[in-house]
Amino acid sequence: MAIQTSINGKAVALSAEPDTPLLWVIREELGLTGTKFGCGVAACGACTVHVDGEPTRSCSVPVSDVAGKSITTIEGLKSADGTLHAVQKAWISSQVPQCGYCQSGQIMAAVALIEKTGRPSDAQIDEAMTNICRCGTYPRIRKAIHAATGQAAKAAEGAV
Amino acid sequence: MTDTPTADSAAAPIKRKGVKRRAFLIGGVAIVGAGLFGISIADSNAAKDAKVRIAGKGEHVFATWLKIGEDDSITIYSPHTDIGQGSNTGLAQMLAEELDAAWDQVRLVSAPAEPSFANVGLGRGFLGEMTGQAAIVNGIPASFLSFIARQMNLQITGGSTALRFTGQQTFQKVGAATRLALIETAAKRLNVPAAELTTQDSRVIHAKSSRALRYGELAAEAATLSLDNAPKLKDPAQYRLMRQSMQRLDIPAKVDGTAQYGMDFAVPDMRVATIMAAPVRGGKLTSVDTAPALAIKGVEKVIKLDDAVAVIAKGYWPAISGLRALSPSFSDGGNAGISTASIFTAHNALIAKGKADNEAGEGDVKAGLGAKPIEAKYQVPFLHHAMMEPFALTAHFKDGKLNIWGGMQDPLATKMAAVEVSGLDADNVTFHPMIIGGSFGRRLPMYMEIVSQVTKLAMQLPYPVKLIWSREEEVAQGAYRPQSSAVLTASVTDKKRIAAYQNDYAQPESAEDETVFPYILPAVSRRHFAHVSNQNTGAWRSVNSTQQGFYNESFMDELAHAAGEDPVVFRRNHLQAGSRHLRVLDEVAARSGWGTPVPAGRGRGVALVESFKTIVAQVVEASAGEDGMPKVHKVTTVVDAGSIVNPDAAMAQIEGGTIMGLSSAIGEAITLDKGAVQQSNLSDYLLLKMAQSPLVQDIHFLNSGADMGGIGEPGVPPAAPALANALFAATGKRVRNLPIMTQAKG
Repeated sequence: MAIQTSINGKAVALSAEPDTPLLWVIREELGLTGTKFGCGVAACGACTVHVDGEPTRSCSVPVSDVAGKSITTIEGLKSADGTLHAVQKAWISSQVPQCGYCQSGQIMAAVALIEKTGRPSDAQIDEAMTNICRCGTYPRIRKAIHAATGQAAKAAEGAV
Repeated sequence: MTDTPTADSAAAPIKRKGVKRRAFLIGGVAIVGAGLFGISIADSNAAKDAKVRIAGKGEHVFATWLKIGEDDSITIYSPHTDIGQGSNTGLAQMLAEELDAAWDQVRLVSAPAEPSFANVGLGRGFLGEMTGQAAIVNGIPASFLSFIARQMNLQITGGSTALRFTGQQTFQKVGAATRLALIETAAKRLNVPAAELTTQDSRVIHAKSSRALRYGELAAEAATLSLDNAPKLKDPAQYRLMRQSMQRLDIPAKVDGTAQYGMDFAVPDMRVATIMAAPVRGGKLTSVDTAPALAIKGVEKVIKLDDAVAVIAKGYWPAISGLRALSPSFSDGGNAGISTASIFTAHNALIAKGKADNEAGEGDVKAGLGAKPIEAKYQVPFLHHAMMEPFALTAHFKDGKLNIWGGMQDPLATKMAAVEVSGLDADNVTFHPMIIGGSFGRRLPMYMEIVSQVTKLAMQLPYPVKLIWSREEEVAQGAYRPQSSAVLTASVTDKKRIAAYQNDYAQPESAEDETVFPYILPAVSRRHFAHVSNQNTGAWRSVNSTQQGFYNESFMDELAHAAGEDPVVFRRNHLQAGSRHLRVLDEVAARSGWGTPVPAGRGRGVALVESFKTIVAQVVEASAGEDGMPKVHKVTTVVDAGSIVNPDAAMAQIEGGTIMGLSSAIGEAITLDKGAVQQSNLSDYLLLKMAQSPLVQDIHFLNSGADMGGIGEPGVPPAAPALANALFAATGKRVRNLPIMTQAKG
């Protein structure tokens, strides 16, 4: 019994067992490996995707829960012509990633925050951006969020 | 500035024993003096083999590491794994700079994990540093060094070495020598003297006749010339790429999900495995009923290894579900009595007994300490690397050949480990290096049990298998920074000068290599007391510099307060006049507003640590919450790494290193009970998050022009002592045990 859902704007029928976490369906059944496995217990956020626009830690959501919902992964952020999302562009201009493994999740969390708040303050960033980065790229993530939302002055003063 | 003696405080070790972490150094020392001949940048046999492996149609190889295509493409093969520190971009900048290559045509890829790509420059750099005789080492023939590097499977990334050793010893020279070969070829073809030719953006230009030749059209002929072994390098004033903040080459693929890490590798028919090793390290698998796992849909096999059980399934979810359904029995290897407390008790007893395993120092410490010295005891826990990508390697054994894919810090050593475990000839084993999702020392060759595990699984499976370590396995089976204790003892004269200083520390290995103590004192003693538990301990970003930095810089602060002296002034008074250390310290004091008032409840703390030849001074401004938890408001950092290849990438390393240092000081600890690790995941091994990291990091580089130091690691060590000293300034409470959170709680 397939689970019907939509991934990055495309309708899909998923054959995974219903208790399989969404993360592993995205990675192994759909082959979209941009969404990462970090901890499996929703502690690190490397697996963050959007479910109906809400940032969601896909390692801890059974795929049966997303039936009929719309899922966006890092691969779905670019526009149809391949242009990067403004947040992705800011990630490059601020040279955010180091090892890069957590960054898909960080970007998805940041996009959701910006969609909700418009121009997030530092306090809003602290509250929403709870994903772990072991390389310690937090100052640049903050800077890139400011830069992506036209807060250039804050981006300049932030971090470094 | 100082009235103390000027002798260098770093004296030769008196005696050493115990396992040497970087064993290849010892082999290195033995060959120094073996010969003093001209140098070359790659030996001819290695270059020939490399050519066969990497040259496609219309592509021409120069000195192993560089390929120029007739379409003007420039491909650089790096023997380092860029774990996110930006070193591959830096290496590309160094080679492309001397080559005068067009930057937008430069591509950098991982060198094959083959002996012909063993890292000669790294061997040379280490030998020079080990012996302090770079000139002699530079005289050793490259063929001999290359031989040694191959024998030692040297393709390691670690010790903050990529740019300062590989970059300076090999890549700049390869670029410069290739440029000369291209010029020589062009001179012949244009029938003009070489001296009239210049190079720019991958072209050789004859300005007089307004003619130019592309590197791509010169490459085939130039590649047949023998390269200059000692090419003249550029004057830094001419640099266009080095010392510039070129954007990192690896970043675009890391923002759109296309970067392929070891975790992401997939081939048709592949199965996924996950594993559980004996929770008490040293134990063996004694029995397991495989039925509960096999009852789960998607599980295909349960494989018993000597000390672990693995479940093979169609995907990770059935594999981990199957593993969790099992109730395996493991022996404890006689280690059930080991706990965090028992290790500290053993440390105390060893130090109290006073029979050191390794000693270094100078002067009469006993006399200097006198009757009533100041003493303080410090303790730090095991630390987990917490690389964000858990271990994941894919292996496939087919038709007598074994292929392995994934990310490790030493691809060549990974291959050789698989050769050993599989019993196959080296020619039949290939390791394919992939992007690495963090490491911080965890993926170094000495503790790659996953290579052995995946090899054993693949050798008995008819299909490719990807072995993924769960985060639980990752946390429980680490190669941790060692749990360590120190008793520091010193005396201070009525002139506020240290008369004698003793650092007695207990942990598995000597930290002498990482204990560069910048202060000039009449009598110093460093004594190592060896204590080994059942845990694997290894290099954790900056190796022993984090705990030694914490001990020494906290104690310097205690001594300053005991002497009634300002901590910066106290340090200044014990540093060599005109030294780099003094300049770095003065700069951080000035930039941090040291001595000016701080907002109520806050304090400032300073620390000065040298590691990997880079000097870092830091001032942390912090306060303690009502719950005792620290809040870091601002960090000011001054760095002297000699010179910097990519300023923005270096800045990122210091920012991130500082956060890793703060993270370990505030919340991180691996503890043991009954011989097993008590933490289970990132939910109870607590890493710093955005909200807890400092809002302001003010970082400055001095670029004194001294020999290039490392940049990936030196940002970490000063943060913990600077924070502890800031909290003392704010609260009057001295932090001697880490992490701070444990004490805040209780």
